[in-house]
Amino acid sequence: MEVLQLLIGGVAQGCVYGLIALGFVLIYKATEQVNFAQGDILMIGAYVALTLIAEAVARGWSIHLAFWLALPLTMIVMAAFGYALDRVALRPIIGQPQFAVVILTIALGFVFRAAAGAIWSTEPQTLATPFTGKKIVLGGVILGAESLAIIVGTAFLSLVLFAFFRYTRVGVAMQAASQNQLAAYYMGIPVKVIFSLIWAISAAVAAAAGILLAPIATIDPNMGFIGLKAFAAAVIGGFGSLPGAVIAGLMLGAIEPFAAAYGSRAGLPKGVPEVSSYIFMLVVLIVRPQGLFAQIYKKKV
Amino acid sequence: MRNIFKTSYVQDIRLFEHGGHVFWYGLLLIVVFAAPLVLPQFFVGEMSLVFIYAVAGIGLMVLTGFTGLASLGHAAFLGIGAYAHNYFVTKVGVPFPFALAMAGFVSAGFGIAFALPALRMTGIYLAIATLAFAVIIEQVFSHWASVTGGFRGVAVAKPNLFGWQTTSEAHFYYICLVVLIVITLGTRNLLRSATGRAMMAIRDSEISAQSMGIHIARTKVTAFGISTFITGVAGGLLAHKLQFISPEAFDLILSIQLLLMIVVGGLGSLHGCFYGAIVVAFLPQFLSLVKDVLPPSIGNIPGLQGGVFGLILVLFILLEPYGIYGRWRKTRLFFEIFPLYRRATFKRQRGYLKTERMK
Repeated sequence: MEVLQLLIGGVAQGCVYGLIALGFVLIYKATEQVNFAQGDILMIGAYVALTLIAEAVARGWSIHLAFWLALPLTMIVMAAFGYALDRVALRPIIGQPQFAVVILTIALGFVFRAAAGAIWSTEPQTLATPFTGKKIVLGGVILGAESLAIIVGTAFLSLVLFAFFRYTRVGVAMQAASQNQLAAYYMGIPVKVIFSLIWAISAAVAAAAGILLAPIATIDPNMGFIGLKAFAAAVIGGFGSLPGAVIAGLMLGAIEPFAAAYGSRAGLPKGVPEVSSYIFMLVVLIVRPQGLFAQIYKKKV
Repeated sequence: MRNIFKTSYVQDIRLFEHGGHVFWYGLLLIVVFAAPLVLPQFFVGEMSLVFIYAVAGIGLMVLTGFTGLASLGHAAFLGIGAYAHNYFVTKVGVPFPFALAMAGFVSAGFGIAFALPALRMTGIYLAIATLAFAVIIEQVFSHWASVTGGFRGVAVAKPNLFGWQTTSEAHFYYICLVVLIVITLGTRNLLRSATGRAMMAIRDSEISAQSMGIHIARTKVTAFGISTFITGVAGGLLAHKLQFISPEAFDLILSIQLLLMIVVGGLGSLHGCFYGAIVVAFLPQFLSLVKDVLPPSIGNIPGLQGGVFGLILVLFILLEPYGIYGRWRKTRLFFEIFPLYRRATFKRQRGYLKTERMK
């Protein structure tokens, strides 16, 4: 039972990692830019949702109505934010070395954190959702409604994204742009707009992850640091693979609670459980430098 | 404008390009050596911090600026250097200069041990691996209490040079200055040597470097070793400057500050380390001054310093990717060839991203 209980909690946490990692991979796959500010976009999304829900509840709307209105609204707001971010900050440095983008997004993360601290204060806050505090007991295993919402939400979003990339014109254009920017441009695909759209989608996914994460964590300007672990998931998954990101996120989420619960009993040194996900990532990178589900091809000269 | 008529290849790799450099660098040397006699105590202390940051910046510059390997975890090597130096001085009783060198070697040992498996990765994978390494090392600092003092940290005494106990800020200033000069000259020489030029070749194109007969893996490991050695030495000095070291001192923020330093200063130039060090060392002081002037609603934002650091970095990447040193070069060229300066001289090349999925 204990194992199953740990596993459920781990899977829920892992879904959040997976969702954030999805955002990383979406951007990387299409633009080969690495967005280190993904966690901070998640943080802003959570704050936007918090503000919207608080506003709606203050007007006497029920929590259900407030939540189900705030969820799509936040995603739309954050999509616009992502689009604007790409247009203003990322587009001018298209074609620059990857390193420039890494530093730029890290720096943007710092700016967002300071801005969030200024707007919403640095006090940790909690987001009230319809799921808060509800529990389902299933054969001795206690299932938090929050965890269930995370798992269902992640599965739903993954399916939507899959269908989007497979069946819509824009989705196919995005795949084309990711495979060869120049060729896609010659085929009449507006590559720059496509990039901005990818940023918009990625920001919306991050916002959804933020809303799903908020009930099991607290909202504060530093909650974006969860992005680092999600980053580890994206790297383990191979950074170019959408299913890889989700699977690796689930793996990381599952490893952590077990390392914490059994680490000291298994004789691991203190501190190892805290960094178990990073150790796992380093091992994977050393054994398979291109990740588990890699998309790297040998260049023909 | 000075025209240098080159008659041999040796001219390209001279320590000083022409007599003017000898004059100006000589003057700078005299000024920094005389500075503690004139400046107030506080500024002398701040200047020694600038020197330490410059040493650390040179360390990171060797790796990131000259070899093209990004590291997001160099604070870990600063930390390793700081703890190792303190351990050698207090527990083993090694004299200060040797302990500093040994701290560098310990740090280099870790760097090489990390680099050997890590060099199969490139680009972003390497950057994230260094980040993971830094997070793990921070945990080691916290839990290996017999050496590091754990969460509580350890106090660091003032340096003692073979029985001569340093007391004032000025003494420490001179120690840092001498270390900085040695490291700067050493790095300058490294960059003139075959190894240094091999590093730059790898940075510019790994494939062409390989086809010119450069041993990529060996050169990269060398770069890692040298970089982490220098950073470790800087860590030893930083331990004395902080007077108290704890795991939180060497967190991700410090790694980012180091990166900020070399990017703002100017990637790929030794001068850049110095400009960047001045910015990073004096910005907190400047902010605390400005805070008093600003309305409290803005001045008291908790993450203000990080936000300002980030904003500066964003503006530099977008507007002046060559950093302060690049701006200085442009300004100088503008005056040297006065009415003939064209903006296109330093224009960034527009290009489509070279995919990294093709290796």
